[in-house]
Amino acid sequence: MTGGSGRLPTAARAIVDGDRRVLARTITAVENGDPSVDRVIRSLYGRSGHAPVVGITGPLGVGKSSLVNALVSRLRALGQTVGVIGVDPSSPFTGGSVLGDRIRLERRADDTGVFFRSMASRGAAGGVAAATREVSRLLDAAGFDIVLVETVGSGQVDVAIREIASTSIVVLVPHLGDEVQTLKAGLFEIADIFCVNKVDLPGAELAKKDLAELVTLGGRPTGWAPRIVGTSTVEPPVGITELWDDVLAHEKFLDDSGERLRGERRRLSSEIVGLARDQVGRELLDRLERDPALRKLLDDVVARRIDPRTAAHRLVRGERQAR
Amino acid sequence: MPKARAAKKTPIRVLIAKPGLDGHDRGAKVVARALRDAGMEVIYAGLRQTPEEIVRAALEEDVDLIGLSILSGAHMALFPRILTLLKEQGGQSIPVFAGGIIPDEDARRLKKAGIRAIFGPGTSLEEIVTTAQSLARRPA
Repeated sequence: MTGGSGRLPTAARAIVDGDRRVLARTITAVENGDPSVDRVIRSLYGRSGHAPVVGITGPLGVGKSSLVNALVSRLRALGQTVGVIGVDPSSPFTGGSVLGDRIRLERRADDTGVFFRSMASRGAAGGVAAATREVSRLLDAAGFDIVLVETVGSGQVDVAIREIASTSIVVLVPHLGDEVQTLKAGLFEIADIFCVNKVDLPGAELAKKDLAELVTLGGRPTGWAPRIVGTSTVEPPVGITELWDDVLAHEKFLDDSGERLRGERRRLSSEIVGLARDQVGRELLDRLERDPALRKLLDDVVARRIDPRTAAHRLVRGERQAR
Repeated sequence: MPKARAAKKTPIRVLIAKPGLDGHDRGAKVVARALRDAGMEVIYAGLRQTPEEIVRAALEEDVDLIGLSILSGAHMALFPRILTLLKEQGGQSIPVFAGGIIPDEDARRLKKAGIRAIFGPGTSLEEIVTTAQSLARRPA
């Protein structure tokens, strides 16, 4: 069905052939939930799965955008092409957004080996947008060697990047809190690499030491012990080579240990179930509003004759019987 | 791939950039903020952008609109260059508006060259937002 060459829709073919304008427009359509690109997205799925997807997350102001720029420079020096998604928050009040991740990007007007796309979170929780996963896959299918995803400045529980990235870098800075903070659930649990940025500032050694202690308490469930690296993006940059080497070490670990496949299965099963849930939910809602028999069910709940749980049960069971 | 902007309520994407070498970005920031508050997604490209960088950003970000802020006096060199590059790279349908210190005579010529709106000092934010909205929904 997918992945076969020569039978791609025109837009998909253009994306694979490096047409950046079509890529950019397709990303917009994905973000907007425009059904006209459905076929393009489906046809390109089989061509994804090659690029490591590296997530860069961490609280606001720790230097994620500057690190992304430094990583892009490093990767270009290594001859790798890079697709970048920079996510920034949408206003919960107006829906508007200022997308400023691009501002740190160095002068690359004529470098076709880099593609940078800013993305507003559009109400999604967790630090990325609803479209981020599909767009990262699109960049992968477009042939970029590496995909970098910079999240919204994260809070303690913004861990949605785990559902997208093969390697997650959690970026911190000195003086974010004492070692007890590192024990707290959420953000610290998802790090494959801890990056202590602004390592030129006082307190950096203590921050690294606290993280080293955390790692000695046990690594990730995969058996990987998170790496800790100090970086600075102020000229001359520090630790960027090491940071990328750590990413590669983790990617190698994923391959050698079989965790890549397990992680893919886990992520994809949750994606499939999520999509199925959305679809079934839409269908059920539609029927509940249109089907007279089911409207009766709603009437009964409104009148307190039956409770919502019972009604939900009947709704789903009725669905099964009808098939 | 047609944009279903009118049919569906999706946010307007606008690039705000400062071409050239002046370092005064307060105006650009005020406008970015106002457009954000009007519900737009503002890609803020920041200071000292070359025409090439601005056009590249506009096309990668697939914006509906470009806003340029300039105080250096180099608008007669930079704006036409941006319009030319847009045309060369297939982005001629993206409307471009501008603000800053631009003499009336220059503004007249720039509008003839294809800059869709020019805002001088004292323009209300409301006027900028309204114009931006109507430009984004009626591309050239």
